[in-house]
Amino acid sequence: MTAPLLEVRNLRVEFPTRRGTLVALNDVSFSIAQGEVLGVVGESGAGKSMTGAAIIGLLEPPGRIAGGEILLNGRRIDNLPYSELRKLRGREIGAIFQDPLTTLNPLYTVGAQLIETMVTHLPLNPAQARAKAIEWLELVGIPAASQRIDSYPHEFSGGMRQRVVIALALCAEPKLIVADEPTTALDVSIQAQVIALLKSLAREKGTSMMLVTHDMGVIAETADRVAVMYAGRIVEIGAVRNVVRHASHPYSAGLMGSIPPVGRRLDRMQQIDGSMPRLSAIPPGCAYNPRCPKVFDRCRVERPELMPAGDSLAACWLYAEGAPRHA
Amino acid sequence: MFAFIISRILQALPVMLTVALLSFAMFAYVGDPVAIMLGQDYTVAQRDALVADLGLDQPFFVQFAKFVVNAAQGEFGLSYRLSRPVAQLIVERAPATLELALCAAFLALAIGVPMGVYTGLYRNSWLSRFFLTFSLIGVSLPTFLIGILLILTFSVWLGWLPSFGRGDTVNVGGWSTGLLTWSGLKALILPSITLGLFQLTLIMRLVRAEMMEVLRTDYIKFARARGLTNRAVHFGHALKNTLVPVITITGLQLGAIIAFAIVTETVFQWPGMGLLFIQSVGAADIPVMSAYLLLIALMFVTINLIVDLLYYAVDPRLRIGRGKGAH
Repeated sequence: MTAPLLEVRNLRVEFPTRRGTLVALNDVSFSIAQGEVLGVVGESGAGKSMTGAAIIGLLEPPGRIAGGEILLNGRRIDNLPYSELRKLRGREIGAIFQDPLTTLNPLYTVGAQLIETMVTHLPLNPAQARAKAIEWLELVGIPAASQRIDSYPHEFSGGMRQRVVIALALCAEPKLIVADEPTTALDVSIQAQVIALLKSLAREKGTSMMLVTHDMGVIAETADRVAVMYAGRIVEIGAVRNVVRHASHPYSAGLMGSIPPVGRRLDRMQQIDGSMPRLSAIPPGCAYNPRCPKVFDRCRVERPELMPAGDSLAACWLYAEGAPRHA
Repeated sequence: MFAFIISRILQALPVMLTVALLSFAMFAYVGDPVAIMLGQDYTVAQRDALVADLGLDQPFFVQFAKFVVNAAQGEFGLSYRLSRPVAQLIVERAPATLELALCAAFLALAIGVPMGVYTGLYRNSWLSRFFLTFSLIGVSLPTFLIGILLILTFSVWLGWLPSFGRGDTVNVGGWSTGLLTWSGLKALILPSITLGLFQLTLIMRLVRAEMMEVLRTDYIKFARARGLTNRAVHFGHALKNTLVPVITITGLQLGAIIAFAIVTETVFQWPGMGLLFIQSVGAADIPVMSAYLLLIALMFVTINLIVDLLYYAVDPRLRIGRGKGAH
């Protein structure tokens, strides 16, 4: 097996507050191979976006990486000085944020923002960069790109702006894209287009992607593997096929079960009772135990690590020896 | 653009007419000009002759109309105190005040903006804390006290700078300037600091607050995620987005600097319009007072128009709405 492009080992992110330290990410480990798309799902506040922010080194202070390491191509990047990290951003790791209405600077034309990004990272003169910028706009499907390059962000629709954001994230040809809910703020009809674009561009350029979302449909269609997060930890990770069809962890099973089926009438939608614990009140043992339908004694005492469960890895005692009964 | 300017000028007309009414009313209700002009001893016949001569027996609105027509041509009559045309007095004094005001505004911007950017970026550094403490002094100490303290320090104790007056001036095409002589420049320093200190601290605090606001936005985060240099992020992306409120306040403050140069000019015996005004108040020299009032109103109206035009130069989102009626 070749070395993965991105490797995250035992990542721990803390937020020191007045009332004590909150652990936002605890012992998160995963890797992304060259050209692979890893989907990351979970409820709001599970730590999905936090993981992405930690990888690009943009945690909001006072949040900080308190342990573990992040390796890109085998090189440690979580402890780089700011100036080194800056050169990495955009060039090696691109980012796409949730809301295209707020991620573009309103006072600069989209062309100026593209050119600025490319000139910062690539050995291009302004004229070459402008030609490249037009190419990129065409590539992401902006009609009449050579005229639209001088338009300001507010002159584009939401979907078009997200296409511009994608062009901006990809224009310095990074090896990894961290896409944080790239379609959540868009119209449903636009979402599919943007995802398709992202997917085809990533495939074309051989770019790996970490796709953070809570839209299972997007994951099923785009990702190769999926990581399910709960309360700052990965509870299950495996190939999309396995996790979507036969989720091992009761939480993943609950998530998949709450996707309404197409073509069948339901009187009630399935749901997971209760809500995710606050970071300051994570229960002992497995963090999911108060909501878990299959909870047993061990879950309330001891915290499970990821362990083989079918074809995936799940952090659940059901898959350890001596569990009462397999799910 | 042209239509916009015209509409703003039309909007300014009622403002100017209202101020004109007020400044005209001063003639009728503040003191009795006839009594002032005649002195201690006069006969009833002399008085009636003067009243008829001055047109004071005509109806109020006829007098007001005459006043407006004259004022529009820059004709404000004779100063009671100096028996010279008011317009001539003001034209003589205007360069002194304008040079002082522009110099103070320049100081306030050239020092206030960088200080604001610095304190916005490095909120917790000791230098930021020092600047903020220092700005409290600027905001809370009254102008005359600052002026007197500066005179005490730099003129009385150190003897470096003159304590009053404009120094030598050079006449350049009817504009007497102190900017071209050494003594003129030296004389300008203390009054400019005195007049500009409050505005400096105000601008610094405004830029700081705006920077802190802007630095939290998604587009700044995205600019960082694209790996742009700190300089490009801070000065290109962040500072430009703080400019609209800064321009507004600077414009209004420039008007205020000119209008309220009175105190500074009095402390430093600066031969400008403010000093002329305060001396005229002492002598109930109503033509000068009313002309000054109108002039300041005109200045505010003009500055506001320029500020509005600058908005369009800075923020492209406003340009669309104006021309095509879109939003």
